[in-house]
Amino acid sequence: MSGNGNNGKGPLLIAEGLRVAYGGIQAVRGITFHVDEGETVALIGANGAGKTSTLRALARMLDPAGGSVRYQGREISALPPHRLVHEGIALVPEGRGVFPRLTIAENLAMGAFSRSDKAGIAHDLDHVYGLFPRLREREKQLAGTLSGGEQQMLAIGRALMSRPKLLLLDEPSMGLAPIMVQKIFEVIRTVAAEGMTILLVEQNAKLALETAQRGYVMESGGITLTAEAAALLHDPKVREAYLGE
Amino acid sequence: MNKWLTPRSTLGLVLVAAALIVLPFVVGMGGQAWVRILNFAILYAFLALGLNIVVGFAGLLDLGYVAFYAVGAYTWALLASPHFGLHLPFWAILPIGAVFACIAGALLGAPTLKLRGDYLAIVTLGFGEIVRIFMNNLNAPVNITNGAQGITLIDPVVVGQFKFSATSTIFGLTVTGPQKYYYLLVLLALGVILVNYRLQHSRIGRAWQAIREDEIAAKAIGINTRNVKLLAFAMGASFGGIAGGIFAAMQGFVSPESFSLIESIMILAMVVLGGMGHIPGVILGAVLLAILPEALRYAVVPVQKALFGEVLADPESLRMLVFGLALVLVMRFRPAGLWPSPERRRELAEKTQ
Repeated sequence: MSGNGNNGKGPLLIAEGLRVAYGGIQAVRGITFHVDEGETVALIGANGAGKTSTLRALARMLDPAGGSVRYQGREISALPPHRLVHEGIALVPEGRGVFPRLTIAENLAMGAFSRSDKAGIAHDLDHVYGLFPRLREREKQLAGTLSGGEQQMLAIGRALMSRPKLLLLDEPSMGLAPIMVQKIFEVIRTVAAEGMTILLVEQNAKLALETAQRGYVMESGGITLTAEAAALLHDPKVREAYLGE
Repeated sequence: MNKWLTPRSTLGLVLVAAALIVLPFVVGMGGQAWVRILNFAILYAFLALGLNIVVGFAGLLDLGYVAFYAVGAYTWALLASPHFGLHLPFWAILPIGAVFACIAGALLGAPTLKLRGDYLAIVTLGFGEIVRIFMNNLNAPVNITNGAQGITLIDPVVVGQFKFSATSTIFGLTVTGPQKYYYLLVLLALGVILVNYRLQHSRIGRAWQAIREDEIAAKAIGINTRNVKLLAFAMGASFGGIAGGIFAAMQGFVSPESFSLIESIMILAMVVLGGMGHIPGVILGAVLLAILPEALRYAVVPVQKALFGEVLADPESLRMLVFGLALVLVMRFRPAGLWPSPERRRELAEKTQ
């Protein structure tokens, strides 16, 4: 668990008082957190705690009800989602969301939609295929016919094709076989070790905390606990509530 | 470019061009009615390719496409008929009609940006009906559209002294009105085919493809889904408007009756039946669906007479029955359309592995 986080580069993303509401119901009640450059941060909590809503609000897939989000020192909570991709924020949506009737290669090419530097795109494609050799083998296969794990690989690969500075991962382990989950997390660690800043939303708290440097625990729309990931892993309350002990 | 202009493809192009040039004369031997049917087939191909942008490329189910056709037709009718005493030239009216239809497309697109699938279909269906009912009732208190009676004596397409509606002799060859319109329609159709091809392989085409597949993912890879969807509606509508203008000029008469829901469904059926998103397929679907019912109309009576010695079933109702059966059979045995795109074929093949 070395990583290269906490290298003193300062925060890449700061959310303050972030609120999300569906109709009258508050899903996220004014939470404050930050992600430092090069760091992997885990947002853990039970089903319905507001983790996915938080991530969606950051990526502007839904409109936050209030609060501010600063990225590289700039307020971004009013930017439309497609602008965020240009700014270097890439979301891997919950449930993967690959383009089912396009091949793996076409899906990855779509990931670079916001870019026009051909050489850079070719380089990144090679890099993604290096991370996921399985995708290269099946380049011509339709994404809709892949297994859940392969689709998750593809979704992460596609997000990387936009050459993001901040990767938002929404439940990458959801619905996958345990062996696949291990593989996906290996890649997440590799990407993190290469210097990527990652905000990871995950129900599998153990795996998430083993991957991240820091963690936030969410409960009914608020952050109840935050600490170094290793400390959270040994926190009796966390162990009882989320690690099943 | 060289990949395209091999000796074989050049020969093919020359043959297709020659066939397109002589076709109206060959068909004309069977009567000018057949040339008119041919013209409508091309007009429908034009319309279907316009709708293909919205439905086939962007995946937005539009059941009110005929509204844009109506806007174009009425634009021509109002600007080139004795109704208002205006007689603008075609090069002015066609673009105006396209722009009006384009605005109508954006007007329909804007409030439906967040709707998908069935819900979008319902709203577009309503929009098509609203436009038709407007045309039906805009005759009081100020008479704009002349209501259900429609507008008559609409100017034909006229270029200089060259009238598209009348028969004339060119280089010793007698060319009838419908035959002249045929060449105009072929030219316009080639234009829309070219635009379709260019769009499909453009950045916008890829953005439409992404939206069609998964809208959230499309947003997540940096596509401005709002603008790109509006563009699909507006572009599709513009082509509908141009087709409407030519329709009005060709018929010399428009009334709200021509723009009923069944027309929208017909155009959609052409797109789906031919092969959604696949340009040659859509053309095939349009030509077949435009010509088949007419051919059946001519075949039904003689066939019955030969078989039973009398006419048992009314040609009109039997025609729709046969037509419906044909649709069911195609959907059963060729669900991706008669001539689907290679991608669709590939997908079906993988599913049935």
